[in-house]
Amino acid sequence: MKTLPWHDPERVNSLLHHLGQRILVLDGAMGTMIQAEKLGEADYRGDRFGDHTDDLKGNNDLLSLTRPELIADIHRRFLAAGCDLVETNTFNANRISQADYALEALAGEINLASAKLARKVCDEVTATNPERPRFVVGVIGPTNRTASISPDVSNPGYRAVTFADLVETYREAVRGLLDGGADLLMIETIFDTLNAKAAIFAVQDEFEARQEHWPLLISGTITDASGRTLSGQTPEAFYYSIAHAAPLATGFNCALGADQLKPHVRALARVANCLVTAHPNAGLPNEFGEYDESPEQMASVVESYAAEGLVNIIGGCCGTTPEHLQAIVEAVSRHAPRPFEELKAA
Amino acid sequence: MNDSNQKKGQQSSKARLRHTRLSGLEPLVITPELGFVNIGERTNVTGSAKFKRLILDGKYDEAIEVALQQVENGAQIIDVNMDEGLLDSEEAMVTFLNLIAAEPDIARVPVMVDSSKFSVIEAGLRCLQGKGVVNSISLKEGEEAFLEQARRVRRYGAAVVVMAFDEKGQADTAERMVECLERAYRLLTDEAGFAPEDIIFDPNIFPVATGMDEHNNYSMEFINATRELKQRFPHCHVSGGVSNMSFSFRGNNVVREAMHSVFLYHATKAGMDMGIVNAGQLEVYDDIDPELRELVEDVVLNRRDDATERLLEAADRYKGEGKQQEKDEAWREKSVAERLKYSLVKGIDKYIVEDTEEARQQHASSLEVIEGPLMDGMNYVGDLFGDGRMFLPQVVKSARVMKKAVAHLVPYLEKEKKVGEKKGKILMATVKGDVHDIGKNIVGVVLACNGFDIVDLGVMVPTEKILAEARKQDVDVIGLSGLITPSLDEMVSVAEAMNSENFELPLMIGGATTSRAHTALRIDPCYPHGVVWVKDASRSVDVARKLASTTHRGDYTAGIREEYEQFRERQSQRKTRKPLASLAKARENSLRLDFSAQPLQAPSKPGLHVIESWPLDDLVDYIDWTPFFRTWELAGRFPDILEDEVVGEAASSLYDDAREMLERIVKERWLTARGVCILAPANSEGDDVLLYTDESREEVLERLVCLRQQGAKSGPNLCLADFVAPVGSGVPDWAGLFAVTAGLGIEEAQKRLPKDDDYADIMLKALADRLAEALAEALHRKVRTDLWGYASDEKLDSQSLIEEAYHGIRPAPGYPACPDHSEKTKIFDLLDAPGRVGMTLTESFAMLPTAAVSGYYFGHPESKYFVVGKLDRDQVEDYARRKDISLEQAEKFLRPNLAY
Repeated sequence: MKTLPWHDPERVNSLLHHLGQRILVLDGAMGTMIQAEKLGEADYRGDRFGDHTDDLKGNNDLLSLTRPELIADIHRRFLAAGCDLVETNTFNANRISQADYALEALAGEINLASAKLARKVCDEVTATNPERPRFVVGVIGPTNRTASISPDVSNPGYRAVTFADLVETYREAVRGLLDGGADLLMIETIFDTLNAKAAIFAVQDEFEARQEHWPLLISGTITDASGRTLSGQTPEAFYYSIAHAAPLATGFNCALGADQLKPHVRALARVANCLVTAHPNAGLPNEFGEYDESPEQMASVVESYAAEGLVNIIGGCCGTTPEHLQAIVEAVSRHAPRPFEELKAA
Repeated sequence: MNDSNQKKGQQSSKARLRHTRLSGLEPLVITPELGFVNIGERTNVTGSAKFKRLILDGKYDEAIEVALQQVENGAQIIDVNMDEGLLDSEEAMVTFLNLIAAEPDIARVPVMVDSSKFSVIEAGLRCLQGKGVVNSISLKEGEEAFLEQARRVRRYGAAVVVMAFDEKGQADTAERMVECLERAYRLLTDEAGFAPEDIIFDPNIFPVATGMDEHNNYSMEFINATRELKQRFPHCHVSGGVSNMSFSFRGNNVVREAMHSVFLYHATKAGMDMGIVNAGQLEVYDDIDPELRELVEDVVLNRRDDATERLLEAADRYKGEGKQQEKDEAWREKSVAERLKYSLVKGIDKYIVEDTEEARQQHASSLEVIEGPLMDGMNYVGDLFGDGRMFLPQVVKSARVMKKAVAHLVPYLEKEKKVGEKKGKILMATVKGDVHDIGKNIVGVVLACNGFDIVDLGVMVPTEKILAEARKQDVDVIGLSGLITPSLDEMVSVAEAMNSENFELPLMIGGATTSRAHTALRIDPCYPHGVVWVKDASRSVDVARKLASTTHRGDYTAGIREEYEQFRERQSQRKTRKPLASLAKARENSLRLDFSAQPLQAPSKPGLHVIESWPLDDLVDYIDWTPFFRTWELAGRFPDILEDEVVGEAASSLYDDAREMLERIVKERWLTARGVCILAPANSEGDDVLLYTDESREEVLERLVCLRQQGAKSGPNLCLADFVAPVGSGVPDWAGLFAVTAGLGIEEAQKRLPKDDDYADIMLKALADRLAEALAEALHRKVRTDLWGYASDEKLDSQSLIEEAYHGIRPAPGYPACPDHSEKTKIFDLLDAPGRVGMTLTESFAMLPTAAVSGYYFGHPESKYFVVGKLDRDQVEDYARRKDISLEQAEKFLRPNLAY
């Protein structure tokens, strides 16, 4: 089959080259960093949304429009800690999630602005050390609806969202991310694989429309001790369900600390025909909902991933700060990446 | 990464990577060690009559059970197929897949989405979080369509079954099978991005031993193709529907299972590694009787010219227990009680009078004969019926024999002045406004056979008469029946009247449009002394027994009442279930056909046409027999039903009787088939279709008010008006109306039947119904090919007609696309059906004679049948305005469709 060309073959080759050399590090928790700023309603609104009817506090993705410098600064701090890959501030930047704030219409704009912001900061930092290129990862969050689970226990056949709705929603987000200059896309925190399949569908539709493609990361989440996704799949079943996307890397993130996540990443790595990525939380949340695993504690567990040859890309999810990431960068630098036999340049 | 590194690393993983990897909640990796992969076949409406019925009846809870049993019985993948004309297949597929997604014990295995319609496949794929399989796509429509579908499938991440079918047709030789599938393989891997392991070949399994020499080698063709395919494409799989090959031995499970087992034994050796099978029913190859195995092997491997004959000859010896046809009269040697029982079970009336007389002389009284051997025989019939080992037509025949026996005894009984003790007295009536009584009569016969005294008040019985007769005759139970939807409201009125007049008798509800839902939601709350919905005749005996028994009635009705209460509760919670689109939104999403692109031709013979008398013999070929068997509660498609393993015998015998009577109806002109239709200039205005008086299109002759689907849909929200070019489009479109009947003369015909022969009476009515449908079909064809003439070159056989493989539709008011029966009045008025044909409407819009069809003609090639489904208040209000009736009236007409 005629494979679509890379959007930017040079950057992709550079990325693949570095992935062949070492474990690359994805940044940490945008949400945790924003929380630490203790922003108020007015900060979220800025001038532009002063009159907006709904409360906007907590709409972190909106800060890319109203407080771009704050977001750029967070990106800079993670890059300074040594991260190779920066995630765009777009976890909830989709029509369905933004509807909670009555800001559906802004979904495309937030993606575009967030990607541009990350692009700008990465380019700045890369310019200071061209040997160490930094990459923008366009984040596609799951939305707050599930496509294969009924929200109504007494009506198991009901669905709050359809596949077609999700495809449309994701496609809009993808357009913004690509127009804004993302180097890769990452479908992440997948609790329902059918949502991910819709996202894959949207991504591939968009690639086809543009007649070129970008590397793709796909990261699920294991929500509890059962070792399954929220929608009930085992890690292997999860991978087989998304393998048709031919991702550059697949893995898990969020929900658990590095320690508890490891067996699931291992199960996935055993069957995956691609690179492996993981970005766990800084431990499990304490009674105040805070993550209190220290940078050293977390780095030591993450180092065991690397020592085992489990991963190619590692990063942090909830609760991870630049300090955590700095410790992780240092820890994994001592180990080789997971060997991979077939890194498709296609 | 350099090349040599890559190669080295790939060695081990390549082998691993080439395994097919599917998933539900859990993974299924198809490795050679796994052996033959069983694909469950029972969640398939085309393969399982039971599953089909459950889906058609909306009993998804039980349908889920079928899926669960399959997985528990070892199905590693479950095949789901909803290809049934009466279903919105897309919706059924989505509903079922969403429901099983919530059952972890089922959802753990991958799903095979099975349909001949790609839109259904795609709807199914949108529900699967796991990696499933599509069954199937083929080159039938050429490369472009094939690739388009393949790429879609790939985008959803499913594996695919490819059928050996191309532009030239379905492949039936190994060479053609390999040719088709190799070409498909190349396209899939080179052009559509499929990995070889995601491709499953279905080279086609055809029936052998059919008596046609050219079929003899079919199994070998499959096996040879399989061997060749596995050699050329080792990573792909070969699959097929196994039970098809033994089709000619329907009814003989021993031989069939042996054939499947022998076939699989050789096919799996050649490389077949998946199959749609009923795993629980596979005979072990080594356990097959060696002689039979040899004979079967001769057939499967096509080893000798006389293989089919030899197997056919031997087949009877291997029939299952009790299947032996006793053509001889050995049973005549048995005791008189045994002979009576035999005659009753077999429905033989030849000896019944002499045997009854012999029994009478042996017993002290005639009553003893009835309560002794005859009732024993009928009880046995009842037991067999209850166990599903006898079927309705057989039971009705038994009843006929019983009646004959009792008739012989009546004079003696009167002399002895003894009256038999009855189990209970049941009043039966088809409610006011409704004229359909086939179902009611069947239930009456079945109950009478089981010892109940039946008071049958007939059809169109007003409430007052039901209540008065119930009092006068001192009945134990009242049974109400109805076929058309307005009868549902009528039943509610009867229940209300019973309540206000302080009745305490239990009420049984039955008939085609009745349902547990309607009974629980609408009738039960009106009457506190027991309301029970009876699904079909086979359930009626048990229900009647409990209701007629003063000791059991209380507990039983209390239990039912609780069940209905729970149902109501669940229903009220379910209210929010499917959000409906607003009427405005549904209209935005209407089907927008391009009428100007290819305007439909104007009728060559526009205007009114009266068919005074259509020759009956001409209609026989148009008969769709499948619904005829449904009338008799025999499930299955004609003609397959005649050879069905379970009901085949009953169906064949019924069919023989039907053909016999049909011949008399035709030859002796028992009935007259008459009809009228009109083709008029038409344009749509919103959801209405306007018929004009003439081609100037200035004066509106009639406004047909149609309904639009409001369900949230991936496709358009359809309305019949969408099939007609809108006013202002400049396209001079056309539409038609028709009303036909084949029931003229039925009262006289009934007089020709033997007295008190319910079997013959029901048969006559059922055949008249079929002839009316056949006339509707025949007239529709005449319209297409001649009167309208847009398909003047159409040449279809009767099967294609039944499958509606032509352009244009003839929807009828009261059916799913236009559920409002009251629209029939416009058709009847405009056509002057009473004057021209002798057809009338009752106050509930039931047609008289009952063997009748009326409806609309739409000719656009895209027009199709659909289900309007649930309607929201906005549309009902709008509908009432357009029809110029009150909201209350509109709600009454559309009650079953109301979503609020």
